[in-house]
Amino acid sequence: MSILTVKNLKLQFGGLLAVNDLSFTVEKNSISSIIGPNGAGKTSVFNMITGFYRPTSGEIELDGTSLVNKKPSQITKLGMARTFQNLRLFPNLSALDNVKSGMHCRTKEAVWGALFHTKSQKEEERLIEEVAQECIDFVGVRKYMQRSAKNLPYGAQRYLEIARALATKPKILLLDEPAAGLNFEEKQYLIQLIRRIRDEFHITVLMIEHDMGLIKEISEHITVIDYGCKIAEGTPNEVLNNEKVIEAYLGKEEVI
Amino acid sequence: MKKYKKHSLLLLVLAMFLLPFLLDIYWLDVITLVLFYVVLTQGLNIVVGYTGLLDLGYAAFFAVGAYTTAILMTTFHWSFWLTLPVAALFAAIAGIIVGTPTLRLRSDYLAIVTLGFGEIVRILAINLDITGSASGIYGIPRPTIGSYVLSSQQDFYYLILIIAILSVLVVYRLGHSRIGRAWVYIREDEDAAEAMGINRIRLKLLSYATGAVIGSLAGSIFAVKMSAIAPLSFSFLQSVMILLAVVLGGLGSIPGVVIGAALVIVLPEVLRGAEDWRYLIFGVALVIMMIFRPQGILPKKYETEDRSDPEEETNDKNHSISV
Ligand SMILES: Nc1ncnc2c1ncn2[C@@H]1O[C@H](COP(=O)(O)OP(=O)(O)OP(=O)(O)O)[C@@H](O)[C@H]1O
Ligand SMILES: [Mg+2]
Repeated sequence: MSILTVKNLKLQFGGLLAVNDLSFTVEKNSISSIIGPNGAGKTSVFNMITGFYRPTSGEIELDGTSLVNKKPSQITKLGMARTFQNLRLFPNLSALDNVKSGMHCRTKEAVWGALFHTKSQKEEERLIEEVAQECIDFVGVRKYMQRSAKNLPYGAQRYLEIARALATKPKILLLDEPAAGLNFEEKQYLIQLIRRIRDEFHITVLMIEHDMGLIKEISEHITVIDYGCKIAEGTPNEVLNNEKVIEAYLGKEEVI
Repeated sequence: MKKYKKHSLLLLVLAMFLLPFLLDIYWLDVITLVLFYVVLTQGLNIVVGYTGLLDLGYAAFFAVGAYTTAILMTTFHWSFWLTLPVAALFAAIAGIIVGTPTLRLRSDYLAIVTLGFGEIVRILAINLDITGSASGIYGIPRPTIGSYVLSSQQDFYYLILIIAILSVLVVYRLGHSRIGRAWVYIREDEDAAEAMGINRIRLKLLSYATGAVIGSLAGSIFAVKMSAIAPLSFSFLQSVMILLAVVLGGLGSIPGVVIGAALVIVLPEVLRGAEDWRYLIFGVALVIMMIFRPQGILPKKYETEDRSDPEEETNDKNHSISV
């Protein structure tokens, strides 16, 4: 059963067609990925799915609910969480406060509760703290919990961003190049982390990655895009031996 | 540690309540003005300090409070206490009005729009009959509690002291709630905040409205304390001084902002001896401050003390970070 469906998605920036008639589906409980050369339009697809870009045309559905024309915050509340290609943590705030942000859309106390410290407000605050700590423990950055996000080592910042996304209690998690900048050991740790997210939390994972080793190891389904068009899809073995895919990547390498 | 903090706070509040017995009328008036500034800066602190929205027209909300109370009490003979919620409501609406066009703007445009709003309110006050035109409104009655009429310096000192304490409490509690955190997330990274499910539009408007309500409270009390108000009190310079106190004290830091308010009012008074030079000295002092302590006198600390026990420091086997 598919959890996310993208149909005939198109995105135009002036004269540039960043995404062109793209369709794909993501199976529930799968670890799937989108790959493609630099500038292929991968991040743009994520930005459309999460509501940051409005598609020129096309349809996006999460569990049967259309996401087009919805605000990012509404989409998050529907059960979609994401990380950013270039870390977007709240730099001055502590790691714990960063993760607490995820619980915002799962809680509801307003000004009144905050001013009068009502019983339900205090309970909610306890819950927020508890969930945030669980997520921090889950990704393994507890020792940095009270430190400002910007002072964390790079790898820990990457994990922290994942913890923050998990705190929104998503059905599906979108990771934009989660392994970028990580060393070998950190990548191994990330692979375990992504597996645990799916296996323990039953959260579907869709990621953009350039690291083919990592993709081969954990991805069950791959969609390849080049110049905004889908050029292949399937299992890692099918896709990575596909002529068009090899050509897209080699062609790119010649340019470099 | 926390207990120690609480005790010293209680002591400070107690001292503030005893202050009128120790000070002469002149200094009591100065401290009263400081307390007005404490309220105003706490309100602006929500908008600028927490939410990170620059506001150069904050005195407009001070004006909305003062004029609403003044008009309701003189023209409509309302009781002072009943004017407070109405003034707060008008201020909240004004906050949403100024907030709405600024939602999509980034800081430099925001400055211009809020500055324009501040000027519009001041110019309206100068030109409308109901606000008494340029001469303002005078003969505002004294507030009463039962049969007691609040009229002395001390009475108003205590009134604004209580409001100042309340506004500090309100800002503190909001700051330590999911609403206050959401404001700070927006300041830190708007897009990331939105991605975390925070409706930035709604929360920015709430920030403007809350800041406006607090500013209007100061205005309402100002009207009955002075018993006369005029547009001059709500000038651009007033907005700048309030903002200055917030920046000087430390954006987003409650004690910092209180110190900022005190400095901005007390420093020029202390410098009175220097006559013509006093604002020059004041200005130089500010520049020096900002060069050596750009984050403010008492900046907000976001890194709390490490609560983790030493065992966890070493218990790190499944996780290596070495960048
Ligand atoms: N906001 C924008 N305005 C204009 N053009 C944009 C915008 N965002 C992306 N683009 C363009 O769209 C194309 C696709 O960009 P996108 O960031 O989606 O690529 P990508 O596949 O994520 O690349 P990378 O691997 O480098 O991250 C690029 O040509 C990019 O310049
Ligand atoms: Mg990208």
